[in-house]
Amino acid sequence: MATRRPRMGLEDKLPSGIVLTSVEKLAGYMRKNSLWPATFGLACCAIEMMAAGAGRYDLARFGMEVFRASPRQADLMIVAGRVTNKMAPVLRQIYDQMAAPKWVLAMGACASSGGMFNNYAVVQGVDHVVPVDIYLPGCPPRPEMLMDAILKLHESINDEKLGPNRERVIKEVEAAAMAAKPTHQLNGLLA
Amino acid sequence: MTLDNKGADHGMFGTHGTGDTSGYGGLVHIAAGAGSSQRPFGGYFDQVADDLERAYPDFNDAIERVVVDRNELTLHIKRERLVEVARTLRDKLKFEMCMGVSGVHYPTDAGRELHAVYPLLSITNNQRIRLEVSVSDSDPHIPSLVEVWAGNNWHERETFDMFGIIFDGHPGLTRILMPDDWQGHPQRKDYDLGGIAVEYKGATTPPPSERRSYK
Repeated sequence: MATRRPRMGLEDKLPSGIVLTSVEKLAGYMRKNSLWPATFGLACCAIEMMAAGAGRYDLARFGMEVFRASPRQADLMIVAGRVTNKMAPVLRQIYDQMAAPKWVLAMGACASSGGMFNNYAVVQGVDHVVPVDIYLPGCPPRPEMLMDAILKLHESINDEKLGPNRERVIKEVEAAAMAAKPTHQLNGLLA
Repeated sequence: MTLDNKGADHGMFGTHGTGDTSGYGGLVHIAAGAGSSQRPFGGYFDQVADDLERAYPDFNDAIERVVVDRNELTLHIKRERLVEVARTLRDKLKFEMCMGVSGVHYPTDAGRELHAVYPLLSITNNQRIRLEVSVSDSDPHIPSLVEVWAGNNWHERETFDMFGIIFDGHPGLTRILMPDDWQGHPQRKDYDLGGIAVEYKGATTPPPSERRSYK
């Protein structure tokens, strides 16, 4: 997570130390409380996403009930539904048009892994196209689950590092990934 | 009604030679044959057939067969006569609406592998009939009906996209669902379903197209 995000502005130039840590905290707090989702409803997950934004589940409590139709005004892309091969370049273009810093939430089984659509037409996970920050399981996930995922994303945005700290975190994450057992060697209960 | 029985098909999902756990093993599919229905067709179908014969004198030459099955009338038409018959049906018999065009692929029906099916609706008379045209895989050309029913434009593009039937005279026959540079036509029976093998905790599930012989 957070490895491939584009570099930002002045805060990346600050030297490591107490100033940077304070700026990190402030920037994280500001960013997590001002998240603007882009509408990217593709299938049935979008119905749950709309329900989460409407009165009954009331995403407005977390300050993000307004979904922007323009990617220029959004910094969170909720990919809600299966992405077809034909849609993939469009999705990537929308992502590229969003201003950094930006985050991607893969909502549901289809956006995360292709889900039940394992065939010629559907991308097997939106992480083939854009870097994903948080995966939300479910088919489709209920609005409570979407809100939980968003709150978990808020937490990770709050703790996000900048500048030299960020580079250190990236190195740590990469080292941990290299040391981890490959998924094809995970046997679970079949061992 | 007399239909030539071209042989029945048993079961489902291609589960032959193993225990039938699906419960579908006892199914028997009887293929519709090449026969033609005899008069009386019943309902308003006789009236429609009479009117069409009167309005279109070459009826017997243009219509290969008339099938009445499950209270539905289907006219199988030679493709070179399709536009004339369709225009007559629209102008003289008041079939104002064509509900679209569906494709069907019969890979074992040599020389008639691809069918195009047009359901028609007469709002004036509250009648529904169906037209069917069959062509071979090697020469999949059917005249376009866009000049008769303009609403068929996107339906014909879809049938072209999914089945590879080429509608001659269509104003812009391009793919409508699949990407423009796509190879093949996905709704044909022999089209590979694709997909990837899925691995989870040591167990591997093969891609759908390799799991069973789907029919």
